[in-house]
Amino acid sequence: MSAATHAQDHGHHDDHAHHPTGLKRWLFTTNHKDIGTLYLWFSLTMFFMGGVMALLLRAELFQPGLQLINPEFFNSLTTVHGLVMVFGAIMPAWVGFANWLIPMQIGAADMAFPRMNNWSFWLVVPAAILLVASFFVPGGAAASGWTLYPPLIIQQGISIDMTILAVHILGASSIMGSINIITTILNLRAPGMTLMKMPLFVWTWLITAYLLIAVMPVLAGAVTMLLTDRHFGTSFFNAAGGGDPTMFMHIFWFFGHPEVYIMILPAFGVVSAIIPAFARKPLFGYASMVYATASIAILSFIVWGHHMFTVGMPAAGNLFFMYATMLIAVPTGVKIFNWIATMWQGSMTFETPMLFSIGFICLFTIGGFSGLVLAITPVDITLHNTYYVVAHFHYVLVSGALFTLFAGAYFWIPKFTGKMYNESLGKLHFWLSVIGFNIAFFPQHFLGLAGMPRRIPDYALQFAEWNMWSTIGAFIFGFSQLLFLYNMIECIRSNRKAADNPWEGADTLEWTHLPSPAPYHSFETAPVVK
Amino acid sequence: MGLDMIRKASRNAALAAAALTASAAAHAAYDVDILPPGSPIAQQIYDLHWAIMWVCVVIFVIVFGAMFYSIFKHRKSVGAKAAHFHENTTVEVIWTVIPFVILIGMAYPATKTVLEMKDTANPDLTIKVTAYQWAWEYDYLQDGVKFNSLLATPRAQIEEWEKKGEAKNPDYLLEVDNPMVVPTGKKVRLLVTSNDVIHGWYVPQLGINQYGIPGFVKDTWFKADKPGTYRGQCSQICGKEHGYMPIVVVAKAPEEYAAWVKEQKAKAPQAAAPAQVAAGSPSTGAVATTAAAPAEDPNRKWTTDELKALGEKVYAANCVACHQATGKGMPPAFPALDGSKVVTGAKGAQVALVLNGKQGTAMASFARLSDSELAAVITYTRTAWGNKAGEVTPAEIKAARKG
Repeated sequence: MSAATHAQDHGHHDDHAHHPTGLKRWLFTTNHKDIGTLYLWFSLTMFFMGGVMALLLRAELFQPGLQLINPEFFNSLTTVHGLVMVFGAIMPAWVGFANWLIPMQIGAADMAFPRMNNWSFWLVVPAAILLVASFFVPGGAAASGWTLYPPLIIQQGISIDMTILAVHILGASSIMGSINIITTILNLRAPGMTLMKMPLFVWTWLITAYLLIAVMPVLAGAVTMLLTDRHFGTSFFNAAGGGDPTMFMHIFWFFGHPEVYIMILPAFGVVSAIIPAFARKPLFGYASMVYATASIAILSFIVWGHHMFTVGMPAAGNLFFMYATMLIAVPTGVKIFNWIATMWQGSMTFETPMLFSIGFICLFTIGGFSGLVLAITPVDITLHNTYYVVAHFHYVLVSGALFTLFAGAYFWIPKFTGKMYNESLGKLHFWLSVIGFNIAFFPQHFLGLAGMPRRIPDYALQFAEWNMWSTIGAFIFGFSQLLFLYNMIECIRSNRKAADNPWEGADTLEWTHLPSPAPYHSFETAPVVK
Repeated sequence: MGLDMIRKASRNAALAAAALTASAAAHAAYDVDILPPGSPIAQQIYDLHWAIMWVCVVIFVIVFGAMFYSIFKHRKSVGAKAAHFHENTTVEVIWTVIPFVILIGMAYPATKTVLEMKDTANPDLTIKVTAYQWAWEYDYLQDGVKFNSLLATPRAQIEEWEKKGEAKNPDYLLEVDNPMVVPTGKKVRLLVTSNDVIHGWYVPQLGINQYGIPGFVKDTWFKADKPGTYRGQCSQICGKEHGYMPIVVVAKAPEEYAAWVKEQKAKAPQAAAPAQVAAGSPSTGAVATTAAAPAEDPNRKWTTDELKALGEKVYAANCVACHQATGKGMPPAFPALDGSKVVTGAKGAQVALVLNGKQGTAMASFARLSDSELAAVITYTRTAWGNKAGEVTPAEIKAARKG
């Protein structure tokens, strides 16, 4: 960090001090950092909403019998918990990081389409309001599971139309966001920043953005067909009119499986930034990481059928999807091996971002193993729609996406705010999260093996013990997230100045070329990358 | 005062903890494995699961061993200096190829099982399974037996919103009124379909989990090795009562099975002639799912009180989940029957609604019930609570079915 850059940045800062303040600043902002901040706060809000829903579910499941909520409301909670966490918490959080980091990491001044960027964010808000408000309309919120399978979903009331509209809006927002990200990465890189020099977070987001553009329209098509089946007399999914409910599953999962990678690929990018920084050693195989990410993305388009092994596809279909699914283990393994090889003979320290990253590797690997178990078609058939699957996807999505979001937040908050978070509190947050998470979700493997179906409000007596533990763990996990909220707010309001590069091993542009906090307008003159 | 409260709270906590431990000890169900297999396919699934688990365990130990060794040895606080190596094509090829080879090793036995699971040819017995919201209907195509299978757990054990429920049965939520009965050692082919939404016929110990998809018939098969009771549940969310549609399969020795069939037929004297089923050709095309009425004695005369008494039972099994014992329903999704215009209005409209269901709502068709059951339950709703409408006879239902 040179004094010259400092002075230059400050000069520019003053020139641009005329941006609106107060509410207007946030409503009309076209600044990538402001929009990133909006996305991050929005997703944190949705995360807590989805979390409250999850705790309500777990409270009802604490013991057999119905004590707190009725089955219909239970189904609504499972459905909206899923939708809110996927579309409201995880995806917007990654877009928030993308907004903050991509321009800084490639040496660009801002995103390519700043006004569209503003619009992408402000579309997300009404969509979220529609989703949450659907709890309060007659008939209650969508109660068909987040997969929205017909014909069940056709039976419900106006909340389904609200959900469909919300999905459409979110899809439009995601597509605009993706176009923005792709254009920014392909066109606004600083001189010398070749594609194969980009930080992996940028690479993973580039690939994620292509996935989004490929599959969001597919989802939009699927829900539009639902809408016309409901209101305009079509029979896309109605056998009596010549349609087929199975077709919805195919279309949904053609979206749904890449969607999983949309949530996890940016996580790979974050971990690939944090592990080298705290091991003080370059990433072992940069090129193979890029290729592995691309392979996972391509494979994600040909594995959707593994969500449908119990539909009754022909043997050839079941076998194809089994083989394709097993193949995913290869590039995923390459990634895990790469991170471990990066740690090997490093000089490691274990600040909160590193802890969350290592936690990610451990738990994501367990989720990968259970994924491998589920890839074996006959085994999947006995575990399909049981708690084993619930455990599996929470291991990959909570410890995969969420833990890396935390890792990223702790890692970059000094750059975002210029302040340092409380390290001991961060570590406490990590340990409580890991312990609570495992108590909540590890026993669910056993429940699934013993045959407990998912999405049931009440269960047979032999499932009581593990369910009790699962609920206890969920509450530990849920409440420890308040520590994160506190830590972030306390950090922003504190006066613990963070250094321009508080991490010894961090070497991307935002650490080496920008002060902390990063100025409102950074890299108006592009840096030159050697 | 404050101390007192704390003491009281901790005593309560201790009591709660003791209660938890006691209940844990009572049935000690800390199972960690797939349930004991009851069919050859389930046995293969069991073995496959353990094979892949051992592969995972070995990889886990190696990978995590390396990682934690590194975490303990290569930390700055013990003075580790960072090396700077990166990129090594040999290593990267090795760790790409080895997992690939392991996967091929796993894919081979899995493929054999998949092909075997799909081989529904030459069954000894074919049962058509039709799912309803929220019941199963079993139609023994050769033996001419057909019946509904519903949850047998009383609601008083389930609903604890206002007061503690009754003591729960040992097979709470996994018990039905009429189980599916099959002969041991025989290949039983299932034709699974649904009348309303997607359901899943899931009996883990028999290695079966098959969606029932409205308008389509999918087939699968199992062979129960030894006599026993195998329990399962609907595996695909199918609405409000998804958690309350269990499956029970009772496997009996072939002679006992034959006796059971005889007994079932005796119960239903006018049983339809067994349908002819072409063995071995899996039919997966679209079919209409018009449910014919289960067989019964058409000449029986019913008194109003008999109808009401039967109606109350049918209501408790089929209707109470939505319309509630009080008839007040759970509006707006599940309307009240007490004082309802349909229920207190013309007979024909109510009969038609119950027979056909109402499109776009959770009100399913109940054509699967027999004429007398339908007459009974309709009569019951028309006379229970504050309702004072007249009775409906089985003959009227029969006429309505034809019309």
